[in-house]
Amino acid sequence: MTAPLEHLDLTGPLKQVRKSLPHDSAEKHVRGTAEYIDDMVEPVGTLHVVPGWAKDAVRGSVHAIDLEDVRSAPGVVEVLTAADIRGINDCSSAFGDDPVLAEKEILFNGQVVFAVVAETREAARKAALNAKIEITPSTPILTPDDAVDADTTVMPDYQFRRGSPETGMPASEAVLSGTMYIGGQEHFYLEGQVAMALPQEDGGMLVYSSTQHPTEIQHTVAKVLGVPDAAVTAEVRRMGGGFGGKESQANQWAALAALAAQKTGRACKLRLDRDDDMIMTGKRHDFKVEWKVGHDGSGKIRAVDIQFLARCGYSADLSLGVNDRTMFHADSSYFYPDALIRSRRLRTDTCSNTAFRGFGGPQGMLAAERMIDAIAIKTGRDPLEIRKLNFYDAEHNLTPYGMPVEEHEVMLDLVEKIEESSDYWNRREEVARFNSENAVLKKGLALTPVKFGISFTLKQLNQAGALVHLYTDGSVHLNHGGTEMGQGLNQKVAQVVAEEFGVTLDKVRITATNTSKVPNTAPTAASSGTDLNAMAARKAAREIKDRLIAYIGEQYQCGPEAIHFGDNKVLVGEQAFSLAEIAKQAFVARIQLSHAGYYATPGITWDRESVTGRPFFYFAFGGACAEVTIDTMTGEMSVDRVDILHDVGHSLNPAIDLGQIEGGFVQGMGWLTTEELVWDDKGRLRTHAPSTYKIPTASDVPEDFRVDLYEGEGNPQATVYRSKAVGEPPVMLANSVFCAINDAVASLNPGEVPSLDAPATPEAIMKAVQDMRRRKATQ
Amino acid sequence: MRETIRFLKGGEIVELDDVGPTDTVLDYLRLRRRETGTKEGCGEGDCGACTVALGRLVDGKPVYQPVNSCIQLLGMIDGAELVTVEDLTADDKLHPVQAAMVACHGSQCGFCTPGFIMTLFTLYHSEGQQKSRKTVNEWLAGNLCRCTGYRPIVEAALDACFDAADDAFSWRANETRERLQALADSRDVFIGDSERFFASPSTLDGLASLYAQHPDATLVAGATDVGLWITKQLRDLSRTIWLGRIEGLDRVENSPSGVLIGATATYQASEEAMTDLSADLGELWKRIGSKQVRASGTVGGNIANGSPIGDTPPALIALGTTLELQTIDGSRALPLEEFFIDYGKQDRKPGEFVTGLFVPRLSGNQTFRCYKITKRFDQDISSVMGAFRFTLENGVIREARIAYGGMAGIPKRAAGAEAALTGALVDDPSTWGEGMQALLTDFTPLSDMRASAEYRMETARALLAKALMEISGTAPEDIRVLAQREADNDRAA
Ligand SMILES: Cc1cc2nc3c(=O)[nH]c(=O)nc-3n(C[C@H](O)[C@H](O)[C@H](O)COP(=O)(O)OP(=O)(O)OC[C@H]3O[C@@H](n4cnc5c(N)ncnc54)[C@H](O)[C@@H]3O)c2cc1C
Ligand code: FES
Ligand code: FES
Repeated sequence: MTAPLEHLDLTGPLKQVRKSLPHDSAEKHVRGTAEYIDDMVEPVGTLHVVPGWAKDAVRGSVHAIDLEDVRSAPGVVEVLTAADIRGINDCSSAFGDDPVLAEKEILFNGQVVFAVVAETREAARKAALNAKIEITPSTPILTPDDAVDADTTVMPDYQFRRGSPETGMPASEAVLSGTMYIGGQEHFYLEGQVAMALPQEDGGMLVYSSTQHPTEIQHTVAKVLGVPDAAVTAEVRRMGGGFGGKESQANQWAALAALAAQKTGRACKLRLDRDDDMIMTGKRHDFKVEWKVGHDGSGKIRAVDIQFLARCGYSADLSLGVNDRTMFHADSSYFYPDALIRSRRLRTDTCSNTAFRGFGGPQGMLAAERMIDAIAIKTGRDPLEIRKLNFYDAEHNLTPYGMPVEEHEVMLDLVEKIEESSDYWNRREEVARFNSENAVLKKGLALTPVKFGISFTLKQLNQAGALVHLYTDGSVHLNHGGTEMGQGLNQKVAQVVAEEFGVTLDKVRITATNTSKVPNTAPTAASSGTDLNAMAARKAAREIKDRLIAYIGEQYQCGPEAIHFGDNKVLVGEQAFSLAEIAKQAFVARIQLSHAGYYATPGITWDRESVTGRPFFYFAFGGACAEVTIDTMTGEMSVDRVDILHDVGHSLNPAIDLGQIEGGFVQGMGWLTTEELVWDDKGRLRTHAPSTYKIPTASDVPEDFRVDLYEGEGNPQATVYRSKAVGEPPVMLANSVFCAINDAVASLNPGEVPSLDAPATPEAIMKAVQDMRRRKATQ
Repeated sequence: MRETIRFLKGGEIVELDDVGPTDTVLDYLRLRRRETGTKEGCGEGDCGACTVALGRLVDGKPVYQPVNSCIQLLGMIDGAELVTVEDLTADDKLHPVQAAMVACHGSQCGFCTPGFIMTLFTLYHSEGQQKSRKTVNEWLAGNLCRCTGYRPIVEAALDACFDAADDAFSWRANETRERLQALADSRDVFIGDSERFFASPSTLDGLASLYAQHPDATLVAGATDVGLWITKQLRDLSRTIWLGRIEGLDRVENSPSGVLIGATATYQASEEAMTDLSADLGELWKRIGSKQVRASGTVGGNIANGSPIGDTPPALIALGTTLELQTIDGSRALPLEEFFIDYGKQDRKPGEFVTGLFVPRLSGNQTFRCYKITKRFDQDISSVMGAFRFTLENGVIREARIAYGGMAGIPKRAAGAEAALTGALVDDPSTWGEGMQALLTDFTPLSDMRASAEYRMETARALLAKALMEISGTAPEDIRVLAQREADNDRAA
């Protein structure tokens, strides 16, 4: 491992922004004093809520619920069922199809039917085991294939079409096709789902929730309790990880805690047990992908026809946006002259799949890389050549959904830089030599690009608010609608605000996200947390500063050019004041020292109905080169070296961005290698604990791991300090690992496209290896 | 008899008389002391968020081990120093591992961080560790982080953990030693009544009579299995007997003929002796659970638990291990494979307990190989585990002892393959075929979330082939991606 970022020149006029400052909570993290919801001091008499479910039921109508032994268990205060809901029994974000407590029908194994409220969590957990729930089972629909056969969907099919694939495909010199399964992924945020609800006067409710979307928590709780939104306040200081899993799926737990609090009049806390969390909450969508690609014989793509069959689970949840994003990224970085990109959102009797870092994009891109690899194998050319041959360029820069890729030069430059720094071509030869000399172990190499669209594709979510107060002692209160889940959002926003006021960070107080301070917010998602909230906060700070400048100009008879904020001082001509002094003077002069900033992303015009317009503000780019070795006797695999170059525009905080890149890559690598979700044939998730579901550990990180930030001209769009979003795009850097494994398998039988599915577990690798050998034997 | 447990925390002796049979250290910290720095991420020993350090005297010096507090019974910390993340700062100054984590940007969401800090704290205090990424990875195998991708944490460890300890704990080591010595006594501990108790006898005889009186009590060694019955299956174990204070039961004795491992010797304690028996055995030991699991878990527990996927039984069976059992009426010994009768059924009588096992050393003409196949390299349960001991004579296999885990309801020998390979030639792969073929009838594996039956069977055969290839002279590094043999210390090899 090399120490990254040492070469970056971070000097310049900026004092806070672009600095590799530690996360605002870093010291609290290492001391164990950073407070998560389960750590908060509980009000006297706090009760504990545990959701109950029918362990053996998968799909069927409920015909008997016997909760007597639950109620009579020691410590139990209350048992909630759907009948206790005064408002609406729904915790979905939009479609109205997620019951908080199932009533007549059980839709998947793990659906919550009742909730125990008890004096201790242990008592509630034990009591929940006593329920007797009988259902009349119906045959469950479990896999994408089942759902296609049964023709069940959660929403209508959707497609992008460009040109004429019907004629382009047959006119191609060569046509390839295939099917690929891409597995889902459990979020495994280290802090599981948790919420605590405190009843307030007049039927109000204060809800602390580990959520990426406090506004939706507020709305959901109000809806379920049957009270106005204004009666509910949602707050979150930090989450112990979110990754999309707490965007919509924190709702149910907050609603249940609130329902219990409404019913008992006492504070109620619900913290899911890890196994329950993994069984009950949705995951990254898994897919069956059917692809067909036509090329000109030398590898240049003429036409593409891809069908994405997504397992959405029992309800719609966020599947609309997720699957749209899969389609938006089905081009990876490649120009498709004629394209048909189709998506089916299949309804299955399994947990409701949801947002997960990348939001469908990774699956779309992986399918594109499979097509490219297939073309390379069939034409006998190097996959990297085929990739570059099909890159967007000046003449071919239109995506299948009509948005131009303006920064195609950055995309190419970045890939060429990593091609060089990773010594791709020499290593390609070394890998070939290794493979010719080794019968059992085989190496693979792959360099894959990332191009990720930044913005919510649901236009209305691209807005944000912030609330900034300057106090008369010169300290600054900072609040915004974004939520902190480890990504360093609060730190970045604080750096931007400190820069604006010319103060050091200790003057800026970061505060918990709270719906009564900044209302009507978007979820912190789509990588856009900083783009949106830092802008809103900056506007708020700037407005206050402008008022101060106007006041000073009048008071000291000088123009704005003579006023300078910096080093915790305000320079007025030759005179230096502390910010506190200026704030005090302004207060006396009756100047408002507080402002609510607001920002809406410009230039987004996507119209889903007509499939026209611009969905993204800009793209973030990256590239990764991975080398792996596989054992063709057992399927075991090691990732030997990974080189990454990633584009974050002008970084607001290089250390935090690096952390997102490395962490995102490793998470993506887990998705494509060791993390396997297994349902049994009855529809029960068998991998519902870390003992059976394996996210990467330290030793899975490549021994030789070189990560760097791309140094370019910054974001051409006027984002905050020309930075680019970084939360999600790095996940897709891990496609390089999957493609490298595929490359290693492909070496067993040159010219044949391996049938490797994701995740590439040892078993999946062995399956692909044996398939190659079988094909070789019958050749 | 003592009706309390006593331990050291934050420089104070704590004495508790209300210790239930299933109370965990984590609940004690978070719910009773309201010290919330220690987190619960999974409640089953797999994520490390709940890691605390336990200090105990080894050769008169305090030695700190990382432990998963979620599955550690409260009573098990009797006599130890309990160190949690709250205890690390001195005069409000960050401990060197805390400072390094901040400097290296080692936390993002921060939820895993206290656990990492505590594991690193134990690494910081362990002597003679080779400064390398491999060492750090090994120590961190039991701590999951979903945010950082580990690189900065490993860097922090490399920066902070490899110099001589110089912190409040090393400064007051003498004082700690005295206080821990003062806590050590040989009284039996019994808290509760005959219906419901936590007990910790200090002698074998004491155990034998207590267990004879309460044959339905749950014996607890490291609680790395029992802990999950409590936190996950919510079993109400009303009587628990912890074996950890029984004099002499934790011995690891090397002799020219083999190694004797006492029932409560932890994996950690037997690792060196196992590595000395065979390089592959050492590799296997390092991949059982994590540092945390190995600091508590015992081989005795692994065997007594009777799981078909335990890692040590196949290896120990192939090596010809003898198991020693005892009741109030006396003791007996039997070949380890005979202990496993059927799925969930072992040859253990009411009131009988394991006292130890004897693992014979390889003789000059024997060689041993074992392979653990998992989805993830570290801290994963085997889908297939294969162990092979070959006795060779002039290039002929005179005896083959082959055992597998994950292939049947119990750890089981491959009788057919063993017979078929007897007489096979090491250098002539054409003589191996029958043995490979025999595996198909030796086993009928099942499919589950770890692997399909087909993969298990194919891999079992591949592992046998691998072992044969290796003894015929193929260099392990040419046919292993992972788990390289650190040394080649088998005599016949
Ligand atoms: C995170 C994690 C990872 C793990 N990874 C692995 C792995 O990689 N490979 C593997 O094989 N195992 C693994 N395990 C399982 C576990 O560590 C072992 O089975 C362990 O060896 C059990 O030992 P223990 O001392 O903790 O036993 P305990 O949990 O204390 O007891 C286990 C069983 O043995 C009984 N018992 C204990 N001592 C005696 C005795 N002296 N006489 C009679 N009965 C006794 C107990 O009553 C109980 O039934 C893992 C466990 C965890 C939590
Ligand atoms: S909480 Fe995960 S190991 Fe203890
Ligand atoms: S920092 Fe979030 S899990 Fe490690």
